[in-house]
Amino acid sequence: MSDARPSVAEPFTDPLQQHRAAMMGMYVFLGSEIMLFGGLFCVAAAVRLAHAPEIVRASHALHSGIGGINTAILLTSSLFVALGVESAKEGRAKIASGWLGGAAALGLVFLVIKAYEYWMDFTEGLLPVEGVHSRYVDDVQHLFMNLYLIATSLHAVHLSIGIVLLIALSFRVTLGSIKLPERAIVLVTVGLYWHLVDVIWVFLYPVFYLAR
Amino acid sequence: MTDVADPKLEEANVGGGGSTETTAQRISYLRAGHSLKSWLLTTDHKRIGVLYTLSITFFFFIGAAAAALIRLDLLTPAGDLLTNEGYNRAFTIHGVVMVWFFLIPSIPNTFGNFLIPLMIGAKDLAFPKLNLLSWYIYMLAGLFTLFILIAGGVDTGWTFYTPLSTMYANGNVILAATAVFIVGFSSILTGLNFIVTVHTLRCPGMTWGRLPLFVWSIYATSLILVLATPVLSITLVLISLERLFGLGIFTPAIGGDPLLFQHLFWFYSHPAVYIMILPALGVVSELVAAGAHKPIFGYQFVVGSSIAIAALGFFVWGHHMFVSGQSLYASAAFSFLSIAVAIPSGVKVYNWTATLFKGHISLDPPFLFAMTFIGLFVFGGLTGLMLAMLAIDVHVHDTYFVIAHFHYIMVGGTISAFFGALHYWWPKIVGRMYSLAWGRVTAIFFFIGFNLTFFPQFLLGYLGMPRRYHVYPPEFQVLNVVSTGGAAVLGIAYLMPLIYLIYSMRYGKPAPNDPWDAIGLEWTTPSPPPKHNFETLPVVQRPPYDYEIELRDEHV
Repeated sequence: MSDARPSVAEPFTDPLQQHRAAMMGMYVFLGSEIMLFGGLFCVAAAVRLAHAPEIVRASHALHSGIGGINTAILLTSSLFVALGVESAKEGRAKIASGWLGGAAALGLVFLVIKAYEYWMDFTEGLLPVEGVHSRYVDDVQHLFMNLYLIATSLHAVHLSIGIVLLIALSFRVTLGSIKLPERAIVLVTVGLYWHLVDVIWVFLYPVFYLAR
Repeated sequence: MTDVADPKLEEANVGGGGSTETTAQRISYLRAGHSLKSWLLTTDHKRIGVLYTLSITFFFFIGAAAAALIRLDLLTPAGDLLTNEGYNRAFTIHGVVMVWFFLIPSIPNTFGNFLIPLMIGAKDLAFPKLNLLSWYIYMLAGLFTLFILIAGGVDTGWTFYTPLSTMYANGNVILAATAVFIVGFSSILTGLNFIVTVHTLRCPGMTWGRLPLFVWSIYATSLILVLATPVLSITLVLISLERLFGLGIFTPAIGGDPLLFQHLFWFYSHPAVYIMILPALGVVSELVAAGAHKPIFGYQFVVGSSIAIAALGFFVWGHHMFVSGQSLYASAAFSFLSIAVAIPSGVKVYNWTATLFKGHISLDPPFLFAMTFIGLFVFGGLTGLMLAMLAIDVHVHDTYFVIAHFHYIMVGGTISAFFGALHYWWPKIVGRMYSLAWGRVTAIFFFIGFNLTFFPQFLLGYLGMPRRYHVYPPEFQVLNVVSTGGAAVLGIAYLMPLIYLIYSMRYGKPAPNDPWDAIGLEWTTPSPPPKHNFETLPVVQRPPYDYEIELRDEHV
């Protein structure tokens, strides 16, 4: 590139094109993420259709109150990310960095509460851990708890990646290595990922905790 | 096309072009750095395409070696070459390597990588680093696969059916699942890159209606890669966990359902068949138009049929499960939808035929491969229709009929298109002409060898020889011997290009920009193209495949 426009990377010719590519790349990636969790939701639906009454009974054994609090925490974190992205677009780096850090902190709180909930499930003999005396009412509850553990832990892995990304972004914005508002797109795309991880939880919560 | 295109390409056979270096080569992407690092850390889509070509060729020969073992064992009715267990492991590694490490990346990751930016007038793909990452992920998965081979193999078949894979198999199921899981990310990233590139990096004037058909078909393929692969990923995670911890989702003992695995697996794996064939259809559209020197007949319909095949492909998975006890109504619906795939496939074949009508056909190797493709694709497609019909499927399910059918599509189709693409774009990729005569011989060997190998398998299957058995009744021996003999001829066709193409890299005549008198942005660049593809961003002002059409009057 002969002209001095540092914000345009190699294959692109103008900033708008680069912006569109970044947005589209993230949306396509999120589409594939939806299909990944989609497979799990299909499995949950199939199991539910096959054993409706047992699944409802198994669902009652989960701590829906804790899950509810966690849902509220994640939704609040999404609000923080959205506010952070808006400040970034206006070029207010300090504030944007604060919002992102706050959202990451809420993500961590979610994980701590989730870990506590796993501990409670474990002490109640409901967590499918090898070599531990379990107290399932029936086999379907065992299956349900297995599925619950897989789905929520896969979500937790995604959330942890999101937390790392948010913390890194928060630092980089503070240090000025991401120029705002020119490079706000980085925050926008990571924000989109965070929102999707939230939305996945919004679906996981009723499928597992509120099966009635 | 103002460039001098030498019509007497035959002269390329004669060596002597030797070590002369053209201007094009001095500035080419191949000369943009000679160190190993300049290749391994490159973000140039052309170099990554070359890296992929080398890697998939390596895995192709591993898969082919397993196939050779299978065919040798089937020479006699007794299982004398391999043990039962060894035979299972041979066909499993053949399937796993060929499907995930050759066929799926075969055309998209090599020619797609190399050509898409050139064809749409871009400097590179939208995310060059992601593209390189995708190759490294592929190689990491490849290492896992090699490790499976060393560790003793897998015995489940490439389909990993439960409960065999989760409870009874003795092989390295988890390693294999890991390898396929990892290579899936490579597919997803490549598909994502292509989709975004086609959307955002088309040069001025390159409207959707002017996109080359190859780009359209890779675009349709990418949609499948991005949407279907993650379902396979989660399914592989589930069977691994089931095997490790007794997860139970596919285990009836605690309320799971083994059939659920088949649904999830084929939800990916049937569209995956279209991942393998759609790029081939795109290649053949290019080869037919260039071979006939005519605009492609019914451009919009060929585009529409690619998208239709991609979309329909998501709704036909149940035809793999006609005899597995799924609901009869579901089977009927899946049967209908599977038969419907014949419509867009037929549209393509008719449009290619109409394109050839009154064309100035040059019998160059790419065109011969395209003709091979059309013949084999029609045959494989029509037998696919038979398999989509409920009653016939009950008769031939899990027999060699199925094996022959999908090899006609996946080997006869995809590999002939891959070879066609290789022979068509080789001068562009390395900047040298190869021996056209040997190219033609290869095409003929391929056609004969392929049919000798796989046509007898239709008969074997119809007579009742099941797949995945290496001990069979003596009356099947003649057809099996013919098939193995054909495989030897096919093997020669696979090896020959290695010799004359590599020979051409040093001794071939320097290739002109447009050796085939073809139309398309990639032919406006020097051969081989410079690092950034185009000196100035091209502007497209003509419709695609804008070959001159002679009117009748001009002849009179």
